[in-house]
Amino acid sequence: MLVKLLSGDKPRSLALTLILLAILVALALAPFLFPGVRSLETAARICIFIVLVASYDLLLGYTGIVSFAHTMFFGLGAYGVALASIHMGRGYDALLTGTVLGALAAALLALVIAMFSLRVRAIFFAMITLAVASAVAVLVSQMSGLTGGEDGLNYMIPRELTPAFRLGELFGVRINGKVLNYYLVFFASLGLFLLMLRVVNSPFGRVLKAIRENDFRAESIGYNVVWYRTIATCLSAATAAVAGSLFAIWLRYVGPDTTLSFEIMLDILLMVVIGGMGTMYGAVIGATIFVLAQNYLQTLMGAASEATGGIPLLPQLLDPDRWLLWLGILFILSVYFFPTGIVGRLRAGR
Amino acid sequence: MSEPVLKLKGVETDIAQYHILKKVDLDVPRGSVTMLLGRNGVGKTTTLRTIIGHWQARAGSITFDGNDITRLPVPDRARAGIGFVPEDMGIFADLTVEENMILAAISGPLDAARRDWLFSVFPPLRTFWNAAAGNLSGGQKQMLSIARAMAERRTLYLIDEPTKGLAPAIISTMVGALRELKAQGASILMVEQNFAVAKALGDHAAVMDDGRIVWTGSMAELANDATLQERLMGLSMEMQ
Repeated sequence: MLVKLLSGDKPRSLALTLILLAILVALALAPFLFPGVRSLETAARICIFIVLVASYDLLLGYTGIVSFAHTMFFGLGAYGVALASIHMGRGYDALLTGTVLGALAAALLALVIAMFSLRVRAIFFAMITLAVASAVAVLVSQMSGLTGGEDGLNYMIPRELTPAFRLGELFGVRINGKVLNYYLVFFASLGLFLLMLRVVNSPFGRVLKAIRENDFRAESIGYNVVWYRTIATCLSAATAAVAGSLFAIWLRYVGPDTTLSFEIMLDILLMVVIGGMGTMYGAVIGATIFVLAQNYLQTLMGAASEATGGIPLLPQLLDPDRWLLWLGILFILSVYFFPTGIVGRLRAGR
Repeated sequence: MSEPVLKLKGVETDIAQYHILKKVDLDVPRGSVTMLLGRNGVGKTTTLRTIIGHWQARAGSITFDGNDITRLPVPDRARAGIGFVPEDMGIFADLTVEENMILAAISGPLDAARRDWLFSVFPPLRTFWNAAAGNLSGGQKQMLSIARAMAERRTLYLIDEPTKGLAPAIISTMVGALRELKAQGASILMVEQNFAVAKALGDHAAVMDDGRIVWTGSMAELANDATLQERLMGLSMEMQ
């Protein structure tokens, strides 16, 4: 049953299985295990980024295509929900319409970009996505009438998904709409992740892997490489857009910085590389480690800085303001020690 | 005599600034094995790659099974019935042997009877069915490469140096498999440097030199004429 749910793609390492199970249990029980707004915020972000990173892995790890427009697709989904909620009014129909339209718009835009660039060479795809993503980010900032510009958009979502909706207490934890919202994000992310596992382990995914390894050879067997790459691109873009919609539902706010920035694009790249490209499970580990580091490294460093107060130099080095330096060092170390990503290393058993 | 399965007429191919094929004219008769011979670097591999479409012919025409395929994309040529075994084998190392074979069956699921036949001609494939193709030995990879082209019946097989660098025992397995394929009535155009193999399998021969076909005839005629071999290829088959 479980193997079927994973589309036959078992973790193939005991350590990896245990880590994945720990992450799953932690996320599933996050409101009860780690009560508090900040921890719930972190858990939701991890869920959403797992989907976003996995959708990028479908592109980079399984198809060998480098894209810089993944946050653009993410943003399309987020703005889809925001605009639908503003124009249609608070309601589930607005969330659904925004999500579907955002995903369709992302898939359509990905199709246009793919048709123009993938036919020539995959590298042009990277260049074009960079240009289009930059143009869209500027456009969103400029069209403040529609998008709220740099300030972004605030909107209402169904009351059942907001903190104002109270259900009572369970195991000492106050259950409100925010918890329900979290479980919406959690189960949607879980479903999307399993769907992507299904895709990469399907005959379609097998062809993608073949193309990644030797596109000439795949062509001479009879597979239309451009067609397969285009479909993968559209699928990846649509999934990223749904992740964006979930993010918008969770935050009840969208803005260029939270959904469209190039920094998020770099974060996604780092998460894929740290976790392990072409593994899907790498997205789970990469996103978890990265989001946790983003949210708690500063706190951890603050505590470490205080604890080492008597030692010269160390408190300055561990100053919470230097957290990006340490994040960079952690990234370099992880690439050095895990060139195939954490999942690749764990599967190799070394 | 029936129409050739493949017909190249005045085919010219450039690779970057180099003019490699210079008006190649070649007929591959249906249901037989044609050996494409010649020294290294005379354009044999480029000829095969031009037929499958990896290199686009600048001039001339390629007719396969009565249809002009000169401007056809590579996947369409493959789906039209051309199986290609490249010199570098081109197996998908990250995938298992089974996945490699499943991928090769483009028109539907891999036929069980066909798979069993391939197991009988290439026994290691059965043993390593679930192993990653990248972990196979050189000979096993070559077997997989040829088996993949044979996963479905093709009208024409283009095979580039299938015995290159293989141990004699593996070569005999390979020759046996190709003999069976030939017995099934397949048309094969094969580049081969091993003259013993060429002699054993070939019905017809075409010899290339400097991007042109300089001689065509029966394999037996070439095999029995040491002077002709010396003149065309600079060495005698008997030396092999």
